[in-house]
Amino acid sequence: MTIVDTGMDTAVQETRDGSARRRLTSGLGPKAAGRRVRDELARVVMWLAFLVALVPLVWILGSVLVKGGHMLFESTWFTHSQRNITSSDVGGGAIHAIQGTLIQGAATALMAVPIGVFTAIYLVEYGRGALARAVSFMVDILTGVPSIVAALFIYAVWVTTFGFQRVGFAVALSLVLLMVPVVVRSTEEMLKLVPNELREASYALGVPKWKTIARIVIPTAFSGIVTGVLLGLARIMGETAPLLILGPYTKNIATNLFSGNMATLPTMINQDRVEALQPALDRVWGAALTLILLILLLNVVGRIIARFGAVRT
Amino acid sequence: MSGTTGAAPTARRDPFGGGPSDPQGTRKTGRLGDRLFGGAARGAGLLVIAIVVLVGVFLLSRAVPALLDNRANFLTSTEWSVGGESQRFGIATMLWVTVASSVVAMVIAVPLGVSVALFITQYAPTWLARPAAGLVQLLAAVPSIVFGIWGAYVVGPYFEPVQNLLNSVLGWTPLFSDTTVSGSSTILFAGVVLAIMVLPIVTAMSGEIFAQTPTTHREGALALGATKWEMIRTTVLPFGKPGVISAAMLGLGRALGETVAVMIILSALADGTAWSWSLLNGGETFASKIANGAPEFTTPLQTGAYIAAGLVLFVLTFVVNAIARVVINRRKAFTE
Repeated sequence: MTIVDTGMDTAVQETRDGSARRRLTSGLGPKAAGRRVRDELARVVMWLAFLVALVPLVWILGSVLVKGGHMLFESTWFTHSQRNITSSDVGGGAIHAIQGTLIQGAATALMAVPIGVFTAIYLVEYGRGALARAVSFMVDILTGVPSIVAALFIYAVWVTTFGFQRVGFAVALSLVLLMVPVVVRSTEEMLKLVPNELREASYALGVPKWKTIARIVIPTAFSGIVTGVLLGLARIMGETAPLLILGPYTKNIATNLFSGNMATLPTMINQDRVEALQPALDRVWGAALTLILLILLLNVVGRIIARFGAVRT
Repeated sequence: MSGTTGAAPTARRDPFGGGPSDPQGTRKTGRLGDRLFGGAARGAGLLVIAIVVLVGVFLLSRAVPALLDNRANFLTSTEWSVGGESQRFGIATMLWVTVASSVVAMVIAVPLGVSVALFITQYAPTWLARPAAGLVQLLAAVPSIVFGIWGAYVVGPYFEPVQNLLNSVLGWTPLFSDTTVSGSSTILFAGVVLAIMVLPIVTAMSGEIFAQTPTTHREGALALGATKWEMIRTTVLPFGKPGVISAAMLGLGRALGETVAVMIILSALADGTAWSWSLLNGGETFASKIANGAPEFTTPLQTGAYIAAGLVLFVLTFVVNAIARVVINRRKAFTE
């Protein structure tokens, strides 16, 4: 077998169907059987790998839907809390936990978005040299900080050093550590996509650098930044480790970030997961489904904004 | 405009009302807006550095008093009795359980993730590639506590026969020897669930690199007569190797620090349980130990013991992530 004949053989195989391949191959001599078998085997293995990867996804979503799906149709699920409801009672809702998750998420975003966006602006528009490299490296390190370590750090500062209580705001602080790197990286990517011509045109008109960034660069990349924020929110809303250390659960509705316990969906799941009684277990899976839907919603909205509001280059 | 005295003369000198002569150098004009905005940007960057440094400093400062008070060897002891007059604690067991479960996860997730990434970038029909990638990334949207309850209460019973089989066939090796732990709350099963959790990371990162393989390399291989698999083996995989390594490292970092899923799945062992190398044993990772111990954070010294464990975890993930970055950055420097 020469290089030439197999070369033509595979090139055609790439572009046409099986019949074309056979016709050509018959004229130029067959490919060694061993190589063809290995090629087919690899193809089968790759398809199988993909199908295997789908199994856990389908299984998780399936079991959460089956076990928790009916809870979302209970009339009180989105309107009531668990106040005065024991594990053996049917009823009550998850509004206290949904609300807590949203409040803590919003508080986190309020702190993390300015830090993240300004850090990205620094890295793209201002940063040169050693400091920029250091910032970029630290963002990478922050990406890898386990949530439990972020929570321990805030515990060491908030509770051990300052002697404050374990409240919702402390949870938000630890979530900021986890959200900032996501916002920085996605904003950075978007700012890099803004064409340099826009900046140059703005400078040529005599617009100061800060105004160029605020009025030209950021609006151009705005939808991408929003997407990054939503994906960052999606990441932190499912975090449980900081809640175990800093955010005790309560069955009541609580809206104060600075005092008292505040329920969240992850702690609601954690609270009752070891229960043997069916009503409590139903609520565990209902809360799990609600949490997944909330995170999926953020993801989907983020990706829709990303698709329809992409930077026009 | 927010022109200050520093900027005004520049504007007057320029008859066309334009800004300073060099467009990139506006930072030097001393405009208030520029100084504020640039300062805020620089400040945010410095804040990020400060946060990471503070994490290390604070954990260290809280851990040191507890470590000095420790009556056992921190690195080699398997004891964990904190609180009370004399604390004795060591991380040997946690280190083993953390590393063992993460290694199990990587042994499963890296080959599977790389195969899925190859499927998405090389094998999938065009109409399937995007949705396939999206489906795998959906796994990343599942919160870890949901992985935990799903693993422990839904999959666990199905996994038990697999473990029993491993135990009966490979029970003579230390890794699968008999233990006191019943059911699926084992290191092995925690590793399997961790593998599913890190799969999206490994797939996304290695897929990103595979997709960047220069078309000329691939076409060259095909033109030389390579089959598709030979083309992948000789061009895509060598090109993507640094990406796969750093994907594996990032996945490892995630697996090492994963808390809640592991906490729910693994059954903690009573203090003083005999050491075992078996993957069918229970135990606690750094993260799950800290989470389980949260109610015990009463005195500074007692909390300090857990913070010391957290510090080790921080250093561990720091090193793993730094290696991942170095590998990927070296490749970037090489290709540009």
